[in-house]
Amino acid sequence: MPGLGTSFGRGGATTNLMDLQNSDCILIQGSNMAEAHPVGFQWVVEAQRRGATVIHVDPRFTRTSALADLHVPIRAGSDIAFLGALINHVLTNDLDFREYVVAYTNAAALVDEDFRDTEELDGVFSGYDPEQGSYDPTSWQYAGATEAAAAGQRDPGQPGTPDSAGRHRSARSETSGSGGPAVEAKPERDETLQHPRCVFQVLKRHYARYTPEMVQQVCGIAPEQFARVADALTANSGPERTSAICYAVGWTHHSVGVQKIRAASILQALLGNIGRPGGGIMALRGHASIQGSTDIPTLFNILPGYIPMPLAHEHESLDDFVAEDAGKTGYWGNMRAYAVSLLKSWWGDVATEENDYCFDYLPRLTGNHGTYETVKAQIEGGCKGYFVVGENPAVGSANGKMQRLGLANLDWLVVRDMQMIETATFWKNGPELETGELVTDEIGTEIFFLPAASHVEKAGSFTQTQRMLQWRDKAVQPPGDCKSELDFYYDLGERIRAKLAGSTDEMDRPLLDLTWDYPKDDEGDVDGESVLREINGTGPDGTALSSYTELKDDGSTACGCWIYCGVYADEVNQARRRKPHWEQDEVAAEWGWVWPANRRILYNRASAAPDGTPWSERKKYVWWDADGGEEGTGRWVGSDVPDFIPDRPPDHVPAEDAQGPDAIGGKDPFIMQTDGKAWLYVPVGLADGPMPTHYEPLESPVPNPLYPEQQSNPAIENIESPVNPINPSFSEVYPFVFTSYRLTEHHTAGGMSRTLPYLTELQPEPFCEVSPRLAQERNLEHGGWATIVTARTAIEARVLVTQRIRSLRLGDRWIEQVGLPYHWGGNGITSGDSQNDLVGIALDPNVHIQDKVGTCDIQPGRRPRGRALTAYVAAYRRRAGVHDPEASADDREGDDS
Amino acid sequence: MGSLFGRLDDVTGDAGYERHPPRMGFFTDTSVCIGCKACEVACKEWNSVPDDGYLLTGMSYDNTQSLGASTWRHVAFVEKTVSAAEAVETTVDLGMPGNGPPPEPGQEQAAESGDDSIRWLMSSDVCKHCTHAACLDVCPTGSLFRTEYGTVVVQPDICNGCGYCVPACPYGVIDLREEDGRAFKCTLCYDRLKEGQTPACAQACPTESIQFGELSELRERADHRLAELHEKGVDVARLYGRDPEDGVGGDGAFFLLLDEPEVYGLPPDPVVTTRDLASIWKHVGAAAATLAALGVATLMGRRR
Repeated sequence: MPGLGTSFGRGGATTNLMDLQNSDCILIQGSNMAEAHPVGFQWVVEAQRRGATVIHVDPRFTRTSALADLHVPIRAGSDIAFLGALINHVLTNDLDFREYVVAYTNAAALVDEDFRDTEELDGVFSGYDPEQGSYDPTSWQYAGATEAAAAGQRDPGQPGTPDSAGRHRSARSETSGSGGPAVEAKPERDETLQHPRCVFQVLKRHYARYTPEMVQQVCGIAPEQFARVADALTANSGPERTSAICYAVGWTHHSVGVQKIRAASILQALLGNIGRPGGGIMALRGHASIQGSTDIPTLFNILPGYIPMPLAHEHESLDDFVAEDAGKTGYWGNMRAYAVSLLKSWWGDVATEENDYCFDYLPRLTGNHGTYETVKAQIEGGCKGYFVVGENPAVGSANGKMQRLGLANLDWLVVRDMQMIETATFWKNGPELETGELVTDEIGTEIFFLPAASHVEKAGSFTQTQRMLQWRDKAVQPPGDCKSELDFYYDLGERIRAKLAGSTDEMDRPLLDLTWDYPKDDEGDVDGESVLREINGTGPDGTALSSYTELKDDGSTACGCWIYCGVYADEVNQARRRKPHWEQDEVAAEWGWVWPANRRILYNRASAAPDGTPWSERKKYVWWDADGGEEGTGRWVGSDVPDFIPDRPPDHVPAEDAQGPDAIGGKDPFIMQTDGKAWLYVPVGLADGPMPTHYEPLESPVPNPLYPEQQSNPAIENIESPVNPINPSFSEVYPFVFTSYRLTEHHTAGGMSRTLPYLTELQPEPFCEVSPRLAQERNLEHGGWATIVTARTAIEARVLVTQRIRSLRLGDRWIEQVGLPYHWGGNGITSGDSQNDLVGIALDPNVHIQDKVGTCDIQPGRRPRGRALTAYVAAYRRRAGVHDPEASADDREGDDS
Repeated sequence: MGSLFGRLDDVTGDAGYERHPPRMGFFTDTSVCIGCKACEVACKEWNSVPDDGYLLTGMSYDNTQSLGASTWRHVAFVEKTVSAAEAVETTVDLGMPGNGPPPEPGQEQAAESGDDSIRWLMSSDVCKHCTHAACLDVCPTGSLFRTEYGTVVVQPDICNGCGYCVPACPYGVIDLREEDGRAFKCTLCYDRLKEGQTPACAQACPTESIQFGELSELRERADHRLAELHEKGVDVARLYGRDPEDGVGGDGAFFLLLDEPEVYGLPPDPVVTTRDLASIWKHVGAAAATLAALGVATLMGRRR
């Protein structure tokens, strides 16, 4: 999300699935789209039918590769080297869309004199503090701009950074979901792109060593293969043609995940593919409403609409809180209106100007409360209670043992699910019982399992992968005691408020004053549409608002999530619109509702040239019509909602002292960015550097050929715990790469699929996939058993030997990869070891997301049972020289093998 | 009984329907199949077909193995090694569906990054709803019948489990459910057709690999698609079951394949097993007549 957010201003896919049919070339990388998003993949098939070239870059030959025109096998975790080389190819051969680049990106901006690149500092950028393992981004700024007063100070949980005030921290990345990070002023520019410190030249130098030869050495991709991809992309970009890039968790689940998406963003901006039909970056989300779960967040450090969570001690008043953003160029400059409207939505009449709109009621952040930090706190005793809703961390999260040890050390645990998942039953059948690491009688956690209604048993909205809200009606009543989330939380709120009723303790005011009155439908369920209407917001007269531009900072408007404002325009549930595509044009603007403002392609001002005319007839989308307005004035028109101020002419130059939306120039398509431009270089807003740089995964079989002095991400966030040992890189003991993934036949951690006969029979058992070469090397038998080992544990799985897994040649050595679908656990119709038990936790410093790749060993046969298993794994750790805080007398006794 | 072999343009009329809707069918374009198996699941959900066991077969991603009494749509996964030259040229290399042992290690690893040495073919198979359906012709109870849409349906309340239909099918589609004893197969969602709906598998298919419609129109669409692929240089593309002159008089459910039919586990040249029934009966009749004549002659002789 911050990858796209810092690049373009909003952390959502820049395009939509249907628009992929207009692409001339589609690069799918970090995604197995045909398997994980089969329904969306129909538009890739349609594009292909219309003549598009489809390229799949992936470690494995998958069902996506089978349909692609070209499959390029790549070593898992090496994407930035590949994308960096594509950037280099474009820059050195002058293949960029120059007019677009100069006008619409920050290529011309000059970077501060103090900035030093990784090329000068052996793999780190200037501002690196090796002791803290983090960056001070001051020197990354544009020349002549001072860093936004406190950008980055909002997330005290940045890795390795103390919670002290006054020190610049590099990121509050999650808040870039809508609204890029703030830079103080518009930068100095050199539109000839010749100045040595202009972003264009800085970028060129940064990627100069990312050559096809380097790609071969890092990724295992032959130069001819690289050339085919580079040629397809560049030949299909420009005024007449557009290319799209699709990615999914194959990019996000890495310790450099955000920077992978950044690299794609740079490439697409250079090729002029953002904001145009058939172009863009399609972020494919992992679940039905994952986009929604960041828009109205389940994350610890943001509020609805990407408003940052206030910090303890730093944000004493609303004015302090919004000061950093108020007055900035672009729509983020109206942050006070969004924040006040949110507070009004939550606390209604109680929120007044006199009491700062109850700003004091908001919780304040005191540290990092990301999921893995929370699990660590559970083990260490700091976190005592846990709600698990729509998730199965005992199977679905990295380092399953750590998850389960955390669960076992709680006072109470609430699990709401449709099935009795492993997270609710770890105390009676978790793998740690077999090994003696947990004993049922000694687990004190009180567990409440509450049955949940399924998606057909409740009404509500999904915000899916293309920022689209789609409403579901309830088809049937939930069985038995099953309830929807909405009913559950409403009821929980009612009960807590009843308990607190009459309390005079100030601490209870936020709960007691909450607007918590929703009508119920005939069946006694809370009316979901009333919640959607509250999210949409209402004006002074109590009617639904139609756009976030109507929000005020004087308490006269209320809005639960400013970017969703308009979803209930005209008192109509716009998300419930289902006008068939054959009754409207190809943009299908009357199907569901898309944030922001029902715009289907973001930044679509860029589909026209700076002068407002379409780049070409073939790629015409939104353009300036000089007589389009009602009174003969000009207007932006086209088949989509223009992502621009509707009547701002292309030649508009804002006044020097203009603020907020008034400061957006007629040629600034990226209206959420403080400078109106797509960022090739991110001067502020990321924790690990202004430009993507190839670092090896924390566990890697090879040294980093680009930066021998800097093996992995210097700002990586480590979770130091005795149960999270890390394999040393280039270890003979763990010589292979593993990569984990989903199968079409199952859903994530499996609770919704391996409990169903029709899905279970399609993929009935856990398996691993290996190349014939690896099978020979390790005597693995097709259909037989294998044991896969990391420093965390060992699991067993059946073996599929297949040519679809390629052996990669890196220089003079072979790299073997082990593929591991991750759907299984101890419960369900069929069961087996959980692949995620193998995965260590090393996190991206921007979003605290784990690496899905690591190193392992693989051996034929089933794994040891009981205590012999921990001994087996401990012996591996000793051989590899892993610092082994887990080693106990017991382990040593058991380790004669 | 209608005709048993050869071209037959109005199969439904031949079956005795005076006025009937057009013949309906499936065109399965395997070139856009992504192997998601939504068709298998949708079919089972709609028709309440039981699960078919939980067995990891090792046959690529195919764990339901073949069409049968409890699998009415079946997605085949064929991992096929091709040399770089073959990938371009396409020869008639009859690789078997990915159910054999993997190739010997050593010989295979041309698979250095990037060459096109593998193809992964996916294809959703289904009952062919033949123009000349032997299963129907041999059914002694009338459980199998031709519907007004020209499709072939087995009625479980009439089936007595005799099993004659099983060996009669040239494709090995229809089968007896062991624990039940009766024969089952795809009905082309007869109940949905009667409501004007699309069969469940076609409805669920995300890429329009499974297309449902009037057979005559589907044939046109298939011809068009084939020409399109040939134009793009995909010479391997071919139609299977499209030809009304073939051994079963053409299939009601036909396919676009990207390799020889055998590669997908389909018979290359299916012939309705009852092709010779008429001439057999003719011969039998002649033989009987001869015998009778002989008998009469003998008797008459005796009298003399």
